[in-house]
Amino acid sequence: MIVDLEAAMAIGEHRTDEIVVNTMRAGRLWILVSNRVELDLPLTGCMSKASSLALGVALAQPHRKVIVMDGDGSLLMNLGSLVTIANQALPNFIHFVFENDIYWVTGGQPVPGVGKFNFAALARAAGYRKAYEFDDLESLKINLGQIFQDKGPTFVCLKVSSSVEDRLPYPTRKTEDALPEMRETLKKLSSGASAKT
Amino acid sequence: MVTGSALKAKRIVEELKKCGITHVVWLPDTEARFMYDTLINEKDIKLVQVCREGETVAIAAGLYVGGKEPCVLIQNTGFLESGDSIRGLAIDIHLPLLIIIGYRGWKRVGNITDSAAIYIEPILDAWGIKHYLVETDADAHNISIAHKEAHETKRPVAVLIGREYQ
Repeated sequence: MIVDLEAAMAIGEHRTDEIVVNTMRAGRLWILVSNRVELDLPLTGCMSKASSLALGVALAQPHRKVIVMDGDGSLLMNLGSLVTIANQALPNFIHFVFENDIYWVTGGQPVPGVGKFNFAALARAAGYRKAYEFDDLESLKINLGQIFQDKGPTFVCLKVSSSVEDRLPYPTRKTEDALPEMRETLKKLSSGASAKT
Repeated sequence: MVTGSALKAKRIVEELKKCGITHVVWLPDTEARFMYDTLINEKDIKLVQVCREGETVAIAAGLYVGGKEPCVLIQNTGFLESGDSIRGLAIDIHLPLLIIIGYRGWKRVGNITDSAAIYIEPILDAWGIKHYLVETDADAHNISIAHKEAHETKRPVAVLIGREYQ
């Protein structure tokens, strides 16, 4: 098992100018890690739709990598999105799933099917070009460079531990504010202006 | 019984092009069966097919963020399934989104018995989503009206398709 914050930090070390759509506990961790807030898209409500939101952005911005930081409970709610995403075959799509086996946000109840299914196998069978699974930090760190270079869609299941006692910060940017801000940021980037506002 | 011209998929697509629609995010339904044949050959509009309707609004929101002009095309049954997405990723974020809804069970004359038709307009009203009815080619301009209104009000606006396309 990887401590989930350490997994997020490892991803953060490789992130440069990718758009990061994030949700649930993975989104709360990302607040502590992100160095490009203007390129972050937090999905604070509407559980399960981070992967679909990210797909839309990736379709619209084919020359920019889009990362989604998803949760296991979230993805289970929108499992068909694996097929929808794979069907689009976007090379610029990286899908990280933090599999902590619990609904952390609601107090740590187990998600259904713990230990009985395999996310990476599901993604592979759905048609993702690459599907990884990591349960130790060293292996994740060794492979992240390649993962960021892979032609997607790429799926990465992170077997993580999450403490239910953690008091992680709440997002300061609401989705309703972040989305129009991101649209403006991407417009500026397309016209060659700086993304920093 | 509806009089006047039929409703042709080609006419709907003409209207979508007038609106500058770049992507139709959809799941096929009986009302829209001719739309696929028309849209699949359309170079200016891309089809994005989903496995479940709830995905459509989220994908459309992402496309909009990325600078595109999407619309959603689903049946009323799928609209009901998409409730949380429409709440969280259209209404709450002020997304100017055209939602075209196949009006399964709609009858201009006689009792409507299909609950998918009975409930859709009251639900749209309850959520403050303005809606227009399109039954023939002569009504198709309502699509442009709805699209314009979506942008002016920064809200989703629905078009109910009350007849199968030809």
